[in-house]
Amino acid sequence: MSQQVIASTATKARRLSADEIVEIEHEMTLYPDKRAVGLEALKIVQKHQGWVSDESLLGIAKYLDIPAADLEGVATFFNLVYRQQVGKNVILFCDSVSCWIMGCEGIKSYIKDKLAIDYGETTEDGDFTLIPVPCLGDCDKAPVMMVGPDMHRNLTPEKIDSIIMDCKTIQD
Amino acid sequence: MVTNPLTKNIDMSRPPLDITAYEANDGYQSVHAIAKGLSPEDVLELVKGSGLKGRGGAGFPTGLKWSFVPRGDNSPKQKYLVVNADEMEPGTFKDRLLMEGDPHLMLEGMIIAAYTIQASKAYIFLRGEYTVSEVVLRNAIKEAYEKGYLGKDILGTGFDFDIIMHTSAGRYICGEETALLNALEGKRANPRAKPPFPQVSGLWGKPTIVNNVETLCNLPGILTYGIDWYQGLAKGNDHGTKLFGVSGKVKTPGCWELPLGLPIRELLEGYAGGMQDGLELRGFLPGGGSTDFMLPEHLDITLDYDEIAKVGSRLATGTMIVLDDKTCPVGMVGNLMKFFAHESCGFCTPCRDGLPWVDQIFRDFENGEGSEKDLQILHDHVTYLGPGRTFCALAPGATAPLGSGLKYFKEDFEKHITEKRCSYKH
Repeated sequence: MSQQVIASTATKARRLSADEIVEIEHEMTLYPDKRAVGLEALKIVQKHQGWVSDESLLGIAKYLDIPAADLEGVATFFNLVYRQQVGKNVILFCDSVSCWIMGCEGIKSYIKDKLAIDYGETTEDGDFTLIPVPCLGDCDKAPVMMVGPDMHRNLTPEKIDSIIMDCKTIQD
Repeated sequence: MVTNPLTKNIDMSRPPLDITAYEANDGYQSVHAIAKGLSPEDVLELVKGSGLKGRGGAGFPTGLKWSFVPRGDNSPKQKYLVVNADEMEPGTFKDRLLMEGDPHLMLEGMIIAAYTIQASKAYIFLRGEYTVSEVVLRNAIKEAYEKGYLGKDILGTGFDFDIIMHTSAGRYICGEETALLNALEGKRANPRAKPPFPQVSGLWGKPTIVNNVETLCNLPGILTYGIDWYQGLAKGNDHGTKLFGVSGKVKTPGCWELPLGLPIRELLEGYAGGMQDGLELRGFLPGGGSTDFMLPEHLDITLDYDEIAKVGSRLATGTMIVLDDKTCPVGMVGNLMKFFAHESCGFCTPCRDGLPWVDQIFRDFENGEGSEKDLQILHDHVTYLGPGRTFCALAPGATAPLGSGLKYFKEDFEKHITEKRCSYKH
């Protein structure tokens, strides 16, 4: 890595917002060291920014005074930390065993066709991102998925239509 | 007498009981009992005597686990209790019910556990996706502080106890207790070498007990109603009640609190209503995705840790996944292999490289490209990913449905090879 690249990395850190800092400071009172706050800080920043950009990640590392490489290791380990920009609504689609038995593959292809996105992709209008998720723990109501913080159960194509419609209405 | 101590307050058609209503139904009686003079040793003896086994999957005796925590003046001053609320085992949906339905029960159990091991701090390691549990628990914690069940000098006992909520951000491996501790410390959630065990050197190197949500929910009843009552709840060799779930194509899938020791048939055909019309039972995983298949011929075996172990499987989480005769067994095992391959933490080679290999072979079977040689490779992986060959229990867990699936559904695997397709697809 050339010195220029190293220098540019160091200056790319984003200054965290006052709101972000208040929440991170609160978490720092709950753990005996700063490193433990890393994941919480990533989640706080993601809540405010929608995702964790390189600049945000460097900003957190700088604020907590922990190595950026360590924090990146954590950020890329956890599937609910988004290191790429995601849509306004993140669909966490359960395709584990109970949902599979109950026909989630059909529901998934319905979503795929309707929104024209596959796993890991975001719709062109930036409204939806589709991501697979391990068993969501609601297996007696399979197939299930989450949209943002909300669970949706006993999914059918009709339900998918209304969930997507609701998301669009709330936004408008 | 109470026969359903875990779910007596749960009614999902209304919000969970607030602390006053919870107290009115014998809630927090155990904490008052402690305040009246139960020592940590007394509680430990009660829990040991109850025969409670951990409800997270491994079934290790809870009292014995606690007894490994160093005691006395020379032991480390700071000890921790950690709640494993990272429910992510495929087909498991019991801890969600307990947390969303009756949060104070878990908090009361936490106070009992923390008092016994003299931990002044606890972290609830909650699955990030359990957004409702988070809200419900945070509210209950607030209520418990206001009533003096949490905080400094609880009910005049001189015991201080704080609960901190940690919401996680995914990854199945965090359910492994040492991986969970690394995650809590802000590291990648790779499991740790054992020994040292967490009871001696856990969170930040301090003595730590990690207990599952349901295990903790068993404790208030044991202290409030006694060991005889607790042991009287069960029908078989094990003690107490347990949450049992059924998912798959049964008439009424769900989750129920039942005495340990009932025949499996009563759960599947009674509570879950039997198979949907036109379908036959092919087999089932008795306790989540990392347990061995059982067959219809095993239906009269009782829901008991030792009885299920006798036929080579595990009761584990007690949440069954049912396979019907119109669903492809190869596809079902393949779905589990995809899950385990995806959730490997990547730390040790057999798991990191072996599981994706297995996953790829199942994709080939699905596409009609499976061969006899592939079948042999799958059998080899049952051995090479088995217990003792990997760093933690994730890959051995994957070999449970894999090995038993290969054994019980041999003809289905063969058929995929000879017909060069999956005959379950229309």
